[in-house]
Amino acid sequence: MTSRIRWRRLVGRVLLGLMVLAVVVVMGLPLYWVATGALKTNREIYTFPPVWIPSDPQWVNFVAAWQAVPFGRFFVNSIVTTLGAVTLELFFALLSAYALVFLRVRGKGLIFALIIAALLVPSTVTLLPNYLTIARLGWINTYQGLIIPVAAVAFGVFLFRQHFLTLPRDLLDAARLDGCGHPGLIRHVVLPLSQPVIVTFLVIYLVAHWNDFLWPLVATNRLEWRTVPIGVAYLYQVEGVQNWGPILAGTVMALLPMLVVYVVAQRWIVKGIGGGALKG
Amino acid sequence: MERSIDVVERERMAKMATPTTSNALLLHLRRRLGDWPLFVLLVAPNLLLLAVFTYWPLVYNAYLSLMQWDLISPSKLFVGLENYRFLLEDSEFREVSRNTVVFTVGTVGGTVVLGLLFALLLDQPLRGIALARGVVFAPYVLSGAAVAVFWVNMLNPRFGVVAEVASWLGTVSPDWLNHPRLAMVAVILVYIWKNVGFTTIVYLAGLQRIPKELYEAATVDGAGMLERFRFVTMPQLGPITLFLVVVSTISSFQAFDLIKVLTDGGPVNATTTLLFYIWEQGFVAFNAGRAAAAAVVLFALLAVISLLQVRIGERRVSYD
Repeated sequence: MTSRIRWRRLVGRVLLGLMVLAVVVVMGLPLYWVATGALKTNREIYTFPPVWIPSDPQWVNFVAAWQAVPFGRFFVNSIVTTLGAVTLELFFALLSAYALVFLRVRGKGLIFALIIAALLVPSTVTLLPNYLTIARLGWINTYQGLIIPVAAVAFGVFLFRQHFLTLPRDLLDAARLDGCGHPGLIRHVVLPLSQPVIVTFLVIYLVAHWNDFLWPLVATNRLEWRTVPIGVAYLYQVEGVQNWGPILAGTVMALLPMLVVYVVAQRWIVKGIGGGALKG
Repeated sequence: MERSIDVVERERMAKMATPTTSNALLLHLRRRLGDWPLFVLLVAPNLLLLAVFTYWPLVYNAYLSLMQWDLISPSKLFVGLENYRFLLEDSEFREVSRNTVVFTVGTVGGTVVLGLLFALLLDQPLRGIALARGVVFAPYVLSGAAVAVFWVNMLNPRFGVVAEVASWLGTVSPDWLNHPRLAMVAVILVYIWKNVGFTTIVYLAGLQRIPKELYEAATVDGAGMLERFRFVTMPQLGPITLFLVVVSTISSFQAFDLIKVLTDGGPVNATTTLLFYIWEQGFVAFNAGRAAAAAVVLFALLAVISLLQVRIGERRVSYD
C-alpha cells in the first residue's frame, strides 16, 4: 500500500518535471534560436531541416551588422536617452513621494490623485499632440525631445509613496528632533531604507525606456538619432531577408543589455514586479 | 574715541537687529504657509511635465479630432464631428476595430490563462525551478522590435524553426505572416510568448501568499487536488486575476513594435489594430483629425473596458 502511494507520488513528480521542462523548452527555444542563428553561416541559415549547432561560429556577423548600420550611434542614443529619462524620473518620483508622505500640507490627497490619474491616459492619445509640441519647440532629433516628454512619473510616485508609508515614524521623528532637516532626512534616513524599492524602480524604468519604440520613432526622423530598437528594425529592413546572419547578430546586440540587467537584478525584478503588482 | 565706540556699537546692534526682524518675518511666513513652499518645490517639476505632456495633450487631441488638418498647412479646418462620422462608416475602421477585439481577447486570454498554468507548474518545489522561472520571465524584459525581428526568421516557412517543429508534427508550416488569417494568430502567439512571463510572475507571487492552513484544512475535509484548486486557489487568486486582466488589456491596446516589425499591419490590413491605425493616419497619411478621433475612440473604449472589468470584478471577486 505505502509503496504504491510512494510510486504514484514519484510518477506525479516526474510528470510535473516533464511539464516544467516542456514550458522551459518552448519559452527558451526562441532565445537559443537567435543566439545560435547569430553565429551561423548563410548556408546554415538557409537550409532545411535547420542546423541546430553552428559548425563554425561566424563572429564576423557582428562586425557586418555593425558596419551595415550605425550601431554605435544607436547605442549612444539609447544610453543617453534611457539614463537621462530614468535619472529625471527617479528624482521626480522620490521628491514627489517624499512631499506627499512627510510634509504636512492640506489637499495633498488631491495632488496625489492628479499624479496617479495620469496612469489612465494611454500614450496613444498623447502621441500626436506631443509630437506637435516638440516640433514647435524644435526638439525633433534632439535628446531633450527624446527625454523630456516621457520623463514625468506616475507609477513611480505610487511605488515610493507606498513604501514611505511603511517607514517607521518614530525613527523619522527622532531624526527630526536631532535637528535633521529635510535634506538630511532624505539622505540619511529615507534613502538608506529605500534601497530595494529604488532598485525595483530603476529596473522597471530602465527596461521600459530602453525598449521604447513608438516615441523615439515619432520624435526622431534622421538615422543618426534613432535608438537601438528602431535601429534593429531598420537593420532588418536594409539587409532584407537575404542576409539573416548579420540581422540576427544585430538583434543579439540589441537584446544583450537588458538580458544582462535582467540576470544581474533578477531577484529584485521578480520581487518588485510580482510583489509590487500585488500591493497595488 | 567714545563716539566711535558708540558708532561701532550702534552698527553692531543694527546688524543684529535686521536679521532678527527678517527671521521673525520668515518664521511668521513659515507658520502661515506651513510646508507649502517646499511641497510645491518638490512636486512642481513632475506635475508640470504631466500637465504639458499628459493632460494638455488629452485636451488638444480632443480639439484636433474636430479638425481637418494635414499637419503642415498653417490653418486647420473645423469639421465638427465629421471625423467620427467617417470612422463610424468606414469599412477599414470597422476591420481595424474587429482586429483590435480579436488581438485583445487573444493576448489577454492567452497571457492570463497560460500565466496561471505556468505559475502553478513553477510553484512546485523541483530542482532547478529558479532557472525555469528565469527562462519564462526573460522575454518580458526584451525589446519588442528585436523580438519581432528574430520571430520573423523563426516563422519563415522555408527555413524557420517553426517549420521544423511543424514537420516533426507531420504537417507543413504555412507562410504565417503573409496569410490573411494566420498573420493575426502569429502576432498574438508572439505577443503571448513575450508577455506571459509577467502574468506568471504576478500569479506566482499570489500563490505564495495563499495561507498554507487553507490547503491543510481543505485536505482534512477530504478535498482532492482539483477540489483544492477549485475551492481554495481560484477564489484566493480572484483579485489578482482581475488586476491582471485590466493591466493586460491596457498594455495589449498599446502594442505597436511587435506588429510594426512582424507584419507592418498587413497583409493588407489583417493585423492593423487601433493604435497602429492611429499611428498610420497621423504619421503616414498625415490625417491629424482622423488620427485624433481614433485616439479619442481608443481612450473611451479603454476607460469603459477598465470600468466594466472592475465593476464585474467587484461583483464576482471576494476581497476578504
